[in-house]
Amino acid sequence: MTDATLSSAASAAPVTERKSKSLLEADSHTRRRNAAETRFRFYGIGAVLIGLFFLVALLWAILSNGLSAFTQTSIPIDLPLDKAAIESAEKSIVKTSKYNAMIGAALEKKLADAHIETSMSEKDLMKILSSGAASTVRDFVLANPDKYGTTVPFQLLASSRVDGYLKGRVTRAALANDKNLDAAHLDIVDAMMKAGIIAKTFNWNFVFGADASDSRPEQAGIGVSMLGSLYMMLVVLVLSLPIGVAASIYLEEFAPKNRWTDIIEVNIANLAAVPSIVFGILGLAAFIQFAHLPQSAPIVGGLVLTLMTLPTIIISTRAALKAVPPSIRSAALGIGASKMQSVFHHVLPLAMPGILTGTIIGLAQALGETAPLLLIGMVGFIASNYPDGVADGFFSPNSAMPAQIYEWAKRADPAFYERAWGGIIILLVVLMSMNILAILLRRKFERRW
Amino acid sequence: MPLSLLFASCLLIAALAFLLGRGKAFQSAGGDIRKLHSLPGYYGWNAALTVLLPSLLALLLWLAIQPAIIHSSVSHMIAPQTIEASSLDLVMSDVRRVAEGLDKAVEAGAMTADEAANATATGMNVRERLGSIGVALGSDVNEETLAAAQSYREMSSTGNLLRTAAVLVLALAGLAFGVTRTNKDFRARNTVERVILGLLIAAASIAILTTVGIVFSLIFNTIEFFKLYPAADFFFGLTWSPSFGGGSDLGILPLIWATLYISLIALAVSVPVGLFAAIYLSEYAAPLVRSVAKPLLEVLAGIPTIVYGLFALLTVGPLLVDVFGDNGVLHLGWMQGGTAVMTAGLVMGIMLIPFVSSLSDDIINAVPQAMRDGSLGLGATHSETVKQVILPAALPGIVGAILLAASRAIGETMIVVLGAGAAARLSLNPFDAMTTVTAKIVSQLTGDADFASPEALVAFALGMTLFVMTLGLNVIALYIVRKYREQYE
Amino acid sequence: MTQMPGTIKAAAMTDTKISARNVQVYYGDTHAIKDVNIEIGARAVTAFIGPSGCGKSTFLRCLNRMNDTIDICRVEGSIDLDGEDIYDSRVDPVQLRAKVGMVFQKPNPFPKSIYDNIAYGPRIHGLVRKKADLDEIVASSLQKAGLWNEVKDRLDGPGTGLSGGQQQRLCIARAIAVSPEVILMDEPCSALDPIATAKVEELIDELRENFTIVIVTHSMQQAARVSQRTAFFHMGNLVEIGDTQDIFTNPVDKRTQDYITGRFG
Repeated sequence: MTDATLSSAASAAPVTERKSKSLLEADSHTRRRNAAETRFRFYGIGAVLIGLFFLVALLWAILSNGLSAFTQTSIPIDLPLDKAAIESAEKSIVKTSKYNAMIGAALEKKLADAHIETSMSEKDLMKILSSGAASTVRDFVLANPDKYGTTVPFQLLASSRVDGYLKGRVTRAALANDKNLDAAHLDIVDAMMKAGIIAKTFNWNFVFGADASDSRPEQAGIGVSMLGSLYMMLVVLVLSLPIGVAASIYLEEFAPKNRWTDIIEVNIANLAAVPSIVFGILGLAAFIQFAHLPQSAPIVGGLVLTLMTLPTIIISTRAALKAVPPSIRSAALGIGASKMQSVFHHVLPLAMPGILTGTIIGLAQALGETAPLLLIGMVGFIASNYPDGVADGFFSPNSAMPAQIYEWAKRADPAFYERAWGGIIILLVVLMSMNILAILLRRKFERRW
Repeated sequence: MPLSLLFASCLLIAALAFLLGRGKAFQSAGGDIRKLHSLPGYYGWNAALTVLLPSLLALLLWLAIQPAIIHSSVSHMIAPQTIEASSLDLVMSDVRRVAEGLDKAVEAGAMTADEAANATATGMNVRERLGSIGVALGSDVNEETLAAAQSYREMSSTGNLLRTAAVLVLALAGLAFGVTRTNKDFRARNTVERVILGLLIAAASIAILTTVGIVFSLIFNTIEFFKLYPAADFFFGLTWSPSFGGGSDLGILPLIWATLYISLIALAVSVPVGLFAAIYLSEYAAPLVRSVAKPLLEVLAGIPTIVYGLFALLTVGPLLVDVFGDNGVLHLGWMQGGTAVMTAGLVMGIMLIPFVSSLSDDIINAVPQAMRDGSLGLGATHSETVKQVILPAALPGIVGAILLAASRAIGETMIVVLGAGAAARLSLNPFDAMTTVTAKIVSQLTGDADFASPEALVAFALGMTLFVMTLGLNVIALYIVRKYREQYE
Repeated sequence: MTQMPGTIKAAAMTDTKISARNVQVYYGDTHAIKDVNIEIGARAVTAFIGPSGCGKSTFLRCLNRMNDTIDICRVEGSIDLDGEDIYDSRVDPVQLRAKVGMVFQKPNPFPKSIYDNIAYGPRIHGLVRKKADLDEIVASSLQKAGLWNEVKDRLDGPGTGLSGGQQQRLCIARAIAVSPEVILMDEPCSALDPIATAKVEELIDELRENFTIVIVTHSMQQAARVSQRTAFFHMGNLVEIGDTQDIFTNPVDKRTQDYITGRFG
């Protein structure tokens, strides 16, 4: 560099700018730039607010549509169990119709006692009650023969239309084209409401009960499919935790850096991003077509979800192992422990909180997964019975929580939508508890080296 | 011997081996632990492992192979006419049920073993006898099924006997070998650790096995499909109209179009919102705001897709119809029903917001602070720094994140099954109902179609297409992100 | 505990460019800078020396309000640039930093071309209208930074492709391109090898003709080589300031003497 270029350059740019302005007043260019800065900041705030708005909208939709699933309308009816009537009912071919007649009579009496006048026939009147009322009574009667001759108080479910009317879901206008119920029924319901002989109570049956057929949404519950999900999660936990931890230990601590290890690593990263429906296809082809495992069984669902969850667990376990400082390993090796001993005695226990956190989050993901379950037949199946025993729980057909929700969403009667939203509330509460557990675990055991 | 008992006896023998092995090691060292090569427990474990590994491996193999052998030999007993009348699978499941029923009947004492093995359908009403102990059969049992079931039982019981013998012999041989091998100079720890390392490697290989399983299950069935349906028609066909009676048009293009259209809308929603949210939270927000808003946004990522599906079907769809439908507030009449490309795309966009924002957040934070200082030190405003220095520096990473989001969108199932519609259509109107690759995989495999028909097999070809598309995107995206990370490490 | 007089005037100082009065800096609860008073002369090199953590870098970052970018940092007192308080609420830090540029410890070229690295400042400040003007600023800045001959054939190449010393001179050129009045340098040679360091020091010496330069350094030899005046910081206090010659040969304070003779630091 020569002095000549230096001085000529020095005179070129800076000198023209030397007339320095006061710092105390912003020039117009700076004002424009600051305006752009403010705008940009508002875009950011706007984006965050949009995201939060969607969250609120989603939660509002869930709660406003789903909370009503947790109450159910029922009518307390005192039913005299006449031995002769029961015996004749049991002898007839359509047994429930005789029971219906008994219940109908009791209902009429109840209305008369409350001074509600109606010209409706007994059969027509029964439409206020769930069509499952007769079998509820019959099941009780068969289970309790010693109650013959006494009068037993029953809480009989109202039909889903009546329930919907009291919850504001069914309007009088909507009933115009409904063959099940008409405005006259609603007048009676209003009168019963006033007389206090119909009431909404907490719906334990929804939480713990079994699914019901298409025509009886008021009886549908999510309990059995919750059990199905539980069995699936047991399978996932028992398989994916040991396999995932073993695989991570190998990859993180023992694997030589070679092409084979590289392939495994790339493979795991890609598996984590494979669409879940593809795992469903794998489950269908490998476990059902090839290995002849029973369709719709939690064991198959559990196996599919295990394969899906493994990459997640491996990734988080490896992160936990990586976070254990190398000095711990050196310390163990330095006093003569073998590599295996240093890992199993020192590294693994220290990484355990991180591994458990990752596992819980993986399980939560698996619990909410639906698509693969559709392909292995866990939908379209009515989970109407609790499994008998543990083996049955794993191997006999069942539904799962998200599959049950999907099933309800696909049914024609809108009364099931309420159940679907309600099911979502239960699902989200379970997921939230799992995540909170994971956070608490992390907080409690978080270690700074 | 039943399976559980067999398994338990293997464990028992292993426990015995542990004690014997440890004891022998002690003895050979004359009770002085310092003379042993390894800790005594390792000798025990070594002996236990020589029992468990071969016997359990044999048991597992036996369990996998025996049903297949019995299945194939029993199915030869079924006449071709019977198979034609229904299907082999159905007949075989009947056979299995009858066989299990006979077992149960013998167990419950409702039938003598001799009766169960030799009864003929004409001599005994099998359905009634089994019904009486609670085994319900769908139809009366004919001679052929009963005979097949009886031979099924016979073969199973012979197989089980052989299985028990083989496994026990292996276990005992392992015991003998393991214990005799034990002496004080034996390197028990090294042997045990080698076995454990083998198990670790096996666990790591499951990831590979999964991929291989996916690829095989897709490829074999896809080949079956292309034998029944020309590949060219599948890849270039413009109509998708499966009819379960046969003669379907199974062109994938309308499905691909809808898949891409929905993904595009989803990205148009999630990328700007997610990116700006990430920029705001990592560059501007006060720590308090960040610590509240970030986890709240991430809640959106933890919500299962079935919830989004329901949200699309029951909330967003009707809402959009109220705005864009025939009687909507805007009187546009663009939208006929709640399910549409727009519905699914919008909801999928919401689902992807946290995905995009948390990936972008990581990537923006990976840009070194020195870059920000350099720009701010020159008098750039914060937004100029973000737009002209940080985003260009983070661009490869962000592109990778967007590709991952796109792969997520293409593979998403529940939202489109519930929110997008069921009819395949090639249309430009985003308010039309269309259907996607994933939605059709579900509907073709959950319908009543015969598993061997092209209408069901097409699902595997669709799955293969989906797998290849998403795999391609993932590989590219992961490569870009990895390269980007290395740049700043 | 310090009995230092508030402001130490040095005989050789020309006109004052920056003067700081009663400056206190807090990081959260930590009192990082304690009551510093200093005057910095125009068109000269002032060096800040002192042991690690003594507050010299923190104080340097106050001079163009870079500390504003740290949430927990709080500055009290006043710092005048040409008689105007830069902490006045009417002052826009963006405008201030155009006048008071900064070069950092680690070379931090942007991941852009060499040309765009230099052009970045003039572009954001709207200093040029025509491409030709920009070309000229880029060329003259690179010339002043003594980098022109090394990079003139690869202006489109990435700035990150240069060697460490070249990168640091690129960063200096980038700062010059905005035509600041003051350039702050925070240990600009600590990441460089001795040969690159020598080049940068030579450059600093040339730049003082046109710019006021404040340099933080942990190397006393460097301070002695490049600066006209030296300030010694210790535990957040400004212990002593004076002509470089005097500080190194005849320090007033015992702490300065101990530091210079290598008793601590």
